[in-house]
Amino acid sequence: MVGIVSYGTYIPKFRIKVEEIARIWGENAETIKNGLGILQKSVPDFDEDTATIAVEAGREAVRRARIDPKEIGAVYVGSESHPYAVKPTATIVGEALGVGNEYFAADLEFACKAGTAGIQICMGLVKAGMIKYGLAIGADTSQSRPGDALEYSAAAGGAAVVIGNDGVIAEIEGTYSFTSDTPDFWRREGQPYPSHGGRFTGIPAYFRHITSAAKGLMEELGLKPSDFSYAVFHQPNGKFPVRVAKMLGFSTEQIKQGLVVSHIGNTYSGSSLLGLCAVLDEAKPGDRILLVSFGSGAGSDAFSLIVTDEIDDFERTPKVWDKVMSGEFIDYGLYVKLRRKIKFG
Amino acid sequence: MLPRFWRKIKYRYNLVGTYCENCGTYYYPPRNLCPKCRRKSRIKEVQLSGKGKVISYSVVHDAPENFKMMKPYVVALIQLDEGPVITSQLVCKPEEVKIGMRVKAVFRKYGEEGESGIIYYGTKFVPDEKIG
Repeated sequence: MVGIVSYGTYIPKFRIKVEEIARIWGENAETIKNGLGILQKSVPDFDEDTATIAVEAGREAVRRARIDPKEIGAVYVGSESHPYAVKPTATIVGEALGVGNEYFAADLEFACKAGTAGIQICMGLVKAGMIKYGLAIGADTSQSRPGDALEYSAAAGGAAVVIGNDGVIAEIEGTYSFTSDTPDFWRREGQPYPSHGGRFTGIPAYFRHITSAAKGLMEELGLKPSDFSYAVFHQPNGKFPVRVAKMLGFSTEQIKQGLVVSHIGNTYSGSSLLGLCAVLDEAKPGDRILLVSFGSGAGSDAFSLIVTDEIDDFERTPKVWDKVMSGEFIDYGLYVKLRRKIKFG
Repeated sequence: MLPRFWRKIKYRYNLVGTYCENCGTYYYPPRNLCPKCRRKSRIKEVQLSGKGKVISYSVVHDAPENFKMMKPYVVALIQLDEGPVITSQLVCKPEEVKIGMRVKAVFRKYGEEGESGIIYYGTKFVPDEKIG
């Protein structure tokens, strides 16, 4: 039985409110909050980046798994904000977690779904008997051009999951991906900020891929929305996941627990995984969970998970929602300094 | 600079110290020889817990280049629960730090060699508070 053995999360402590960003750019905060379904977003400290977030989430996951880190045979870090263009984040994580030297490793990039792509790779390696445990991480300190609509949502955070056969807290009963060449959001080499197709990121990108992946998976497994206790969809804002849930026939009750975007923003590669971890914090044995990520460019990975009895003995504090709701507010001036948006010439 | 940092990665990413099995003393940074037991020392490498308390601190207002963006920041003498006292940046506001406060190790950036150089990572400390 392959599945999730453990999970860990990290959200930087700083937050900036939509009001504060809107104040600088002369926009109406209420309109933005209503339009995006976001109240505030997380901001990394000056000495935090994707590597430090990945390490902190990974450490929590390994500690809770109560396994020897040397039993981890693969480390995949998915992000679109790896600190280096060339030089892997995965080796920094592997070293900091004490994985040793005998492990498969690579950095992944697929916009916001690189973390779930890592889960699929680890699943394959575990199923093939090539590794005992695999560590898949989705982490980002996402970039946004000052004044762009993205600036209200582009946040920082990450989640790590240990995949294995042993001591599984949530069995992965199936995974399905839907992929197409859809240029809805991109960042060219050497560019500091990404560009996007505005409204084009909706119907042909987010909604098409998520609904196709979710339907494909449910069809393959012979399941319907009412078979799931919880559903988690990628959350670039507070509106899209609610709308896609409705399109697919899921209720607000099913998605509420995993919808963390309103208080931390879009954590990109961490986004859907943080939602999943928030659900695992509360899930009971027998609960079935649907997870569907989305990465621009574009693709969606869908997973169906069944929570096992092992979860009752699994350490689940501090909870994701406690991390989401804590934090310290900063102003726009400090935000641009922390995000290195000030050019010294 | 590059090999000098690379050699220390193991001890900076994690608080890997040494322990003298003869007298039961922990050391960080690691030592090859126990200064108390000398030739009787029996040294082995151990992973320290990363938990400790502040025994003294300074607030740095005149910072070196790599730390200018963080000033004013706190540098503290931290006594680990195993005994060794280490000097580290404590990531919190100067008004938050108190002598005796509990702290824990975290993984952070130390600095970088300009925009095209290597990035240095390692252990810093934060207040050890329960969330929620």
